[in-house]
Amino acid sequence: MLKDITLGQYFPGNTVAHKLDPRTKILLVVLYIVALFSAKGVVTYAIIAACLALCVRVSNVGVKQLVRGLKPVLFIILFTGILNLFFTPGERYLVEWGVLRISDTGLRNAVFMVLRIMLLIMGTFLMTYTTSPISLTDGLERLLNGLKKLRVPVHELAMMMSIALRFIPTLIEETDKIMSAQKARGADFESGNLIQKAKALIPILVPLFISAFRRADELATAMECRCYHGGEGRTKLHVLKYERRDYVALTIGAVILIAVIVLARFGL
Amino acid sequence: MEPILQIKNLTHTYGVGTPFQRSAVEDITFDVYNGEFLGIIGHTGSGKSTLIQHLNGLLKPTSGQILLHGRDIWAEPKKIRDVRFKVGLVFQYPEYQLFEETVYKDIAFGPMNQGKRGEELDHCVREAARLVGVRDDQLEKSPFELSGGQKRRVALAGVMAMEPDVLVLDEPTAGLDPAGRENLMANIRDYHRNKGKTIILVSHSMDEIARNVDRILVLKSARVLMSGAPSEVFQQAGELLSAGLDVPQITRVARVLKERGLPIDPAVYTVEALEEQLLALRKGGGVC
Amino acid sequence: MIETKELRFLYPAGENGEPVFALKGVNTAIEKGSFTVILGHNGSGKSTLAKTFNAVLLPAGGKVYVEGMDTLDEQMLLAIRQRVGMVFQNPDNQIVANVVEEDVAFAPENLGVPTEEIRRRVDDALRSVEMYEFVTHAPHLLSGGQKQRIAIAGVIAMEPACIVLDEATAMLDPVGRQEVLSAIHRLNREKGITVVLITHHMNEAEDADRVIVMDEGRVAMDGTPREVFARIDELRSMGLTAPDTVDLLDRLRQSGVDVPLDALTVEECADAILKALAGN
Repeated sequence: MLKDITLGQYFPGNTVAHKLDPRTKILLVVLYIVALFSAKGVVTYAIIAACLALCVRVSNVGVKQLVRGLKPVLFIILFTGILNLFFTPGERYLVEWGVLRISDTGLRNAVFMVLRIMLLIMGTFLMTYTTSPISLTDGLERLLNGLKKLRVPVHELAMMMSIALRFIPTLIEETDKIMSAQKARGADFESGNLIQKAKALIPILVPLFISAFRRADELATAMECRCYHGGEGRTKLHVLKYERRDYVALTIGAVILIAVIVLARFGL
Repeated sequence: MEPILQIKNLTHTYGVGTPFQRSAVEDITFDVYNGEFLGIIGHTGSGKSTLIQHLNGLLKPTSGQILLHGRDIWAEPKKIRDVRFKVGLVFQYPEYQLFEETVYKDIAFGPMNQGKRGEELDHCVREAARLVGVRDDQLEKSPFELSGGQKRRVALAGVMAMEPDVLVLDEPTAGLDPAGRENLMANIRDYHRNKGKTIILVSHSMDEIARNVDRILVLKSARVLMSGAPSEVFQQAGELLSAGLDVPQITRVARVLKERGLPIDPAVYTVEALEEQLLALRKGGGVC
Repeated sequence: MIETKELRFLYPAGENGEPVFALKGVNTAIEKGSFTVILGHNGSGKSTLAKTFNAVLLPAGGKVYVEGMDTLDEQMLLAIRQRVGMVFQNPDNQIVANVVEEDVAFAPENLGVPTEEIRRRVDDALRSVEMYEFVTHAPHLLSGGQKQRIAIAGVIAMEPACIVLDEATAMLDPVGRQEVLSAIHRLNREKGITVVLITHHMNEAEDADRVIVMDEGRVAMDGTPREVFARIDELRSMGLTAPDTVDLLDRLRQSGVDVPLDALTVEECADAILKALAGN
């Protein structure tokens, strides 16, 4: 169950998509999202889809992996699609079926909406697939550095995020272990109604929380012993540096965004 | 003696069809006899953990069979929970599975799942607590107030209270200090002696295994390397050592003495036995 | 290197609700470059003592000095922790990052070491514990012994003068324990790093320069492994056991065989027995 989660998964590789600076990738995703929400017609959507396809190609990430990432949000996609399909008023109705009517605008909206969500998710997933969580947090921290002046605890947030990522596999493993141990004592997680099922989770959640607190406590001590004293005066093993390819990528991204916005103005 | 558990050509393969495919246990066959104290030893990664999780049906064999009282435990998959009550499994560091408000309730979790209530339940819980040396006045305490060693006893009692026919213990003494280890093993020996139930002890401490069990099963790289009574297994001490496994310190001393020409049994594994042999030698004056 | 004077420590509330003195006046000194093992049963105060060595715990009475610096002096906190590194029991709960090199780099990053220097230290530290080949691996996929060696490397990268291992071998299997022991013995020998090893595994004390036995919050014994293990009856009364070799020799002695009690290793023990029997 827990192993299906693909968010934050990283597929190591050595392509340009992997080598780009994480900050570049975050900025590109922002540009991509802006473009996606500006898109109006077939042409602009096609441009964006083509860009994504190209990036997927370059990154060597399998299309299968990317589509698999859509699985958890399948329900949301369908829901939005259906909502748009039936409940958008329009001038011409294609199908009428009692209260359920599909208008031409409804059909158009539904298709574009579903496309938009799918492209959005696949685009962001492409970034997480090609960027290790640690460089992603690193990139975010550096990008948001300016906010430090506004007393936003950027370093602390980044540190929390990277520790959370570090402990996900450990806690998943621990959950499996506790589940097995309780099953060995006859715990039953499968049968019963919803309330019984929720109750059956207590023998897992209580030990898991206790263990998480114990781990946090020990980790904090261990970090202090290694001279951790906040972000002040910290240096880095890997210093992020923009290179030629980053400037090139950002320029291309910006040009495409402008093109999309202009085209969208004409309703294309 | 009749076998209570029969493991037949058990193989378990992880990640079938992926590049990470590997067998954690491969074609393992052995019997566990009613009432015996069996020790299983092997390195981390030798397949010990995977093997024992098959004995109570937590894992399903990729191929092969597990027979409990002569019946395949997977004959009726819906009844696998009954197998877990008959083959009680105590995991490594079991104190991390405690969750109830009181020690009593936590020990009662297993037997309650079995459907025990009232007098019967109370009897099981108190009996199990007594067996592992948890005092009556501790039963109403929160398990989280106890010391590490006490928590472990409570967790152990939680499985003993299900009154399983076979008790499987995975590294029950890991992380305890010498006195704690010895005390806990004494409790387990008492349980074995008084209840006459089968015990399977998994450990990577050869000294601990040697001191307690009737029979040893040595695992190496997913297979059974050897099995037999401790004295038989330690006859092949050389083979154990070359497989990267430990041999009790006393056996190593005996081997050196034997090499240097003393006529003693190189497979002795307890301090008492070696002392006896040496004293006998001295009386006989039989030194080369 | 480290010195304690009338060190006392108390835990706020014990099992029955009253404060418990974990340390009741400890006077000891750890010499630079030495390999010291601190033994004791659970609750003897050995772990508490270790945690006062780098100001994780502060004395409730008395003093701890690290290279002359008082651990109560907050100004000195970072300096003290940089000099005395600490490795803990649970390998999973002391690894911060999800790439080995990032984890080892954690301490030097905190200390503000320049980037190129961090790189050098990380590589050196990993080589010194024979884990260099895992530099870009994910730590959660490593074995217990490997994780502990990563933790040691993470401490070494601070370039400390002393490493304290607080029951760092307790959760490991024999192979992992051996890996960790040989790594710290090598660091002690080759880099002259002072090692303080807290354990309840008697045989880990065999190769130490010095053994301190803690009992009831006090130093109960202090000497070379041979001296300490020869006092086998006292060890037993403190809930500890001597290695089986010493136990055997002790029994033989009581039966009137003239053997010494200080033969620790298998070879020494066998030699002692042969000699005694031949002389008979």
